[in-house]
Amino acid sequence: MGKILMKGNEAIARAAMLGGLEAFFGYPITPQNEVPEYLSRYLLEEGKVFVQAESEVAAINMVYGAAAAGFRTMTSSSSPGIALKQEGITYLCGSELPCVISSVMRGGPGLGSIQPSQSDYNQATRGGGNGDYHVIVFGPETIQETIDILKEAFDIADYYRNPVMVLVDGLIGQMMESVDLTKPVKKRFLPEKDYAANGTKNHPGERHIINSLYLESNELEHHNLSLKKKYDLATANETRVELINMNDPDYVIVAFGTMARVCRSAIEKLAEKNIRVGMIRPISLWPFPSSVFETMDAPHLKGILCVEMNLGMMLTDVLVANNGRHSVGFFGRAGGVVPDPDEVVDAILHFNERVVK
Amino acid sequence: MCKPVNIRVAGFGGQGIMMFGQMLAYCATNDNMFSLWVPSYGPETRGGTANCSVIVSTKMINSPVFTNADVLVAFNQPSLEKFKEMIVPGGCILYNSSMIHDPILPEGVRGYGIPINDIALELGTIQVSNMTMLGAYLEFSELFSDATAEKVLEKYLGEKKAHLLGINKQAILRGREALRALKG
Amino acid sequence: MEVKYKKTKGLTDSPLSYCPGCTHGIIHKLVAEVLEELGVLGESIVIASVGCSVFSYRFFNCDAVQSAHGRACAVATGIKRNLPDHVVFTYQGDGDLASIGIAETIHAANRGENITVIFVNNAIYGMTGGQMAPTSLIGQKTTTSPMGRMAEVHGSPLHISEIFSQIDRVAYLERVSVFNPRQVRNAKNAIRKAFTYQVEKRGFTMVEVLSSCPVNWGMTPVDSLKWIEEKMVPVFPLKVFKDKGVENNV
Repeated sequence: MGKILMKGNEAIARAAMLGGLEAFFGYPITPQNEVPEYLSRYLLEEGKVFVQAESEVAAINMVYGAAAAGFRTMTSSSSPGIALKQEGITYLCGSELPCVISSVMRGGPGLGSIQPSQSDYNQATRGGGNGDYHVIVFGPETIQETIDILKEAFDIADYYRNPVMVLVDGLIGQMMESVDLTKPVKKRFLPEKDYAANGTKNHPGERHIINSLYLESNELEHHNLSLKKKYDLATANETRVELINMNDPDYVIVAFGTMARVCRSAIEKLAEKNIRVGMIRPISLWPFPSSVFETMDAPHLKGILCVEMNLGMMLTDVLVANNGRHSVGFFGRAGGVVPDPDEVVDAILHFNERVVK
Repeated sequence: MCKPVNIRVAGFGGQGIMMFGQMLAYCATNDNMFSLWVPSYGPETRGGTANCSVIVSTKMINSPVFTNADVLVAFNQPSLEKFKEMIVPGGCILYNSSMIHDPILPEGVRGYGIPINDIALELGTIQVSNMTMLGAYLEFSELFSDATAEKVLEKYLGEKKAHLLGINKQAILRGREALRALKG
Repeated sequence: MEVKYKKTKGLTDSPLSYCPGCTHGIIHKLVAEVLEELGVLGESIVIASVGCSVFSYRFFNCDAVQSAHGRACAVATGIKRNLPDHVVFTYQGDGDLASIGIAETIHAANRGENITVIFVNNAIYGMTGGQMAPTSLIGQKTTTSPMGRMAEVHGSPLHISEIFSQIDRVAYLERVSVFNPRQVRNAKNAIRKAFTYQVEKRGFTMVEVLSSCPVNWGMTPVDSLKWIEEKMVPVFPLKVFKDKGVENNV
């Protein structure tokens, strides 16, 4: 099959179905409405479950229920809606239940705007739920990459029994791009869901209990440590990064998602000016690809420029990963503004004015 | 094509701006090229002005956004005024001369006025003015063949609107003719 | 020797965590007996809520999912939609259902989710130490209404069954209590009917059970039962609010 032209949000929905989505629960919010709209037709056509919930809170808790029963389940939302889902996300992590969350970012804080933004980087990678937990977060840069990651996301979620979030901005959700839905996905061994609460008749003599309550401190600490082991494993195995033009660069840009695409164009323009700029493009935002900063071989590097559609969120991860080795600068636009390549070119040309640390 | 073509399309809501842009993106996909369509979305699409941008390329498209377009397709006066300065040197503007009379264009930018409303009304409905403009753009850009455009149009309209295929095809044809006449 | 009475298989051997004299234990037993009698324990999934019944996942002898505060009916929806032939029920208190979870509950009812809700109303937050609930009575002293509940400040007791009786897709809804043996028998009949309707896929079923909280009410267990009968029942009358089975027979 050749390429087809698809809207980002519809591609998210279709890719999730290709990834084995069995039950979707969502609530309308711009700019991700085409995700539930698409699934309300096509998922039901396949005899699977679609419910428009009464709220984002209800939707994520329906996801919790479906995951508890052992089904591949997903919700989708945008910034203020993802804020509401934090309760469910920490319960999913605490109870070790897999699910996929697609988050289509708009400007904030508060009701903000509906224009594209990356200002939920912290919300996604740090989370707003309670407790020691992590969500595995991917920040694809094209609709194609969004599709490829979503097709694999259910496997990753099942493997770690943990939520996986695919974080894009409203531009990726709203735009259309030619894509190939048939690209093969890495297969991994997945054990039976022997935890599913699907009735003892399916597992006689053994009750399955989905729970995140451990009132004894030592019991909960034991649980926390076992979760940490899992997160360490995910850090070792699921960290994804693309290195671009990293052969003896003058500057290195760090950017993800739509911003990384804009920076690719900026890098081409800078090459015309004989300025060699490389890029570290984190694909997994949690785990963050810190180790490439340690192994980076750039003897003539003048600095690292972190570029985001916010006022400096991934910057914290970049500063920690850089660990004082190089000068770090920041360029960002907020409020729903997508900077064009010339602005990034200008930021590199005036790097000294951009230095943070 | 050695370089991606950046096209900005703008007009009133209801003039078929989004369809115009999507048709180009579908044509590119049909011809195994890379294409990217970005709508303006949100409150401004309810009534008011609408715009979208399209990038067509033979190689991977990097930045999905651009400030200066290679081509501006303006369906009304406010859109022309809003975007006419955001054009690359040597760029081009296709405008709806049924609604825009004697425009003042930036220096070094070529303009082609096509009376798409008048042509569409001659064909029987104002609703095909956008496809008239598409015909003009296809003639101007030489990007896609009639066969590609017709195939894409047929898919776009689907079974429900199949009865509109004829008039839309005619509109594309008339748009081409109009631009050819201007080119001389 | 003939065995006249034995513990239901619907309950595990885990000791109940409820306070002495609390009627949660009776309600647990009734639900468990009904599940056993209907032969559906193997396909049952209980959604434990937050409150005194948080540990109900330990007590019911079936699969269990512990949910966030108020979200039991959303969680139940997620399970039941995927496992339509299973028996899915929530066990929720008045804080969980009538306060923080009223949206989830009312919309599950309105969608006609084919689940059963056991709603235990004791007019107080028990687990957190006796705070005012949406169902607390006018004048009732709690740790957050020390001068007694005042309508003009706190609002009046929320009549959940009355509200839910207006919802089209509710198949069965009854308010019962357990303050004397006759009421216990009535309660069991209501619970049996609710679960039977679920098995018959008739829609959303709920049984509100007026229950006691001797510790937080500051009463003896016996006085607590009297308080239900004398103070709660006049405000929350015991009756069948909705029975689609009967309506359909008419």
